[in-house]
Formats: sequence, C-alpha cells, structure tokens
Amino acid sequence: MSVQEKIQKTINEHNVVLYMKGSPKFPQCGFSSLATKILDACDTDFHAIDVLQDPEIREGIKVFANWPTIPQLYIRGEFIGGADIMKEMYETGELVKLLKANS
Amino acid sequence: MTADHIRQSILEKLECEFIEILGEDGTHFEGTIVSRLFEGLNRVKQHQLVFNALGDKMKSEIHALSMKTYTPNEWNQLKT
Repeated sequence: MSVQEKIQKTINEHNVVLYMKGSPKFPQCGFSSLATKILDACDTDFHAIDVLQDPEIREGIKVFANWPTIPQLYIRGEFIGGADIMKEMYETGELVKLLKANS
Repeated sequence: MTADHIRQSILEKLECEFIEILGEDGTHFEGTIVSRLFEGLNRVKQHQLVFNALGDKMKSEIHALSMKTYTPNEWNQLKT
C-alpha cells in the first residue's frame, strides 16, 4: 500500500484526524500543540498521528494535501487546514459547528 | 530568509492589493495578504495560492508562515 493510500485509509476510518509533530500529551512543536489545544477546547475525540515517527508519512501528507506544513486537520476525510486556519475557524465558531455536524 | 524576501517572492507570482509579512527570526513568519484572486476560494485554497507562489522556499527555509488572507472587499469591510 502506497503512502497516499495509507493516508486515504486513515482519514476514511476516523472522523477527526490530526497529523502532528509529537503526541497530544507531548507535542513537539508549538503549532501542533496549538492544534491539540483547539481540538480539546472543542471537546472532540480525535485520532492523532505523530509524523515524527514516520518520515514517509511526514512528507507524504504534504503531497496529499498540497500543503507544506504540519499540523494538518482532517474531518470526515476532508482536509480542513493547519494551525492558523483551525484557530480562525475556532474563533468564528465554524470549527465546533463542523465537528458537531452529523458526528 | 527574510520577511521582505518572502514578500517579494509572493508578489512576483500573485497579484496583491495589500501584503504585509512580519518575522525576524528567519523561519517563523506572519502574513496578511489581500488579493482579488482569493475571491470564491475557501481559506485552504487561498493559502495554497500563496504557498504555490513561494514554491520550494516553503519546503526548506520557511518553518512556519501563519497567514490571514482576505478578498479586497473583506479587507475594506475590516478597515471600516
């Protein structure tokens, strides 16, 4: 299975997926930490993938989303954005609405 | 990598009504970008336009570019 297929499978299997550096408990980058805090504030479960554990995923995810940075948030298989878009959507209430929609 | 260098690189490929890039540490930058080309695009697509304008610089030299992107009328509404 190619990296792209592996990523597709993961985001199909979980409602909310966060590709990040480190883990929710031990984020290894300020932006990844911000992303987990935002999801916690939205009181939502999410599946976290530590890209530092898998260099193939770390690069493959950037190709998959045509997005050069980590973290990356996926909701129901759709790429939503990185930390700053998550922050903007959280502040406008869009993120909570999106997460709660038919979840 | 400097904020001004990023600003120039974006302007070379993306027509902007307003652009401001801040950041002194050489890898983390913040930008505010206003362009007619953002019209009808969601935030992800707007940011992708900027990333594409930066090309390979995004891969190697820029660790983080936090952006706020606006269409001209969004920007005008913001300023009133």
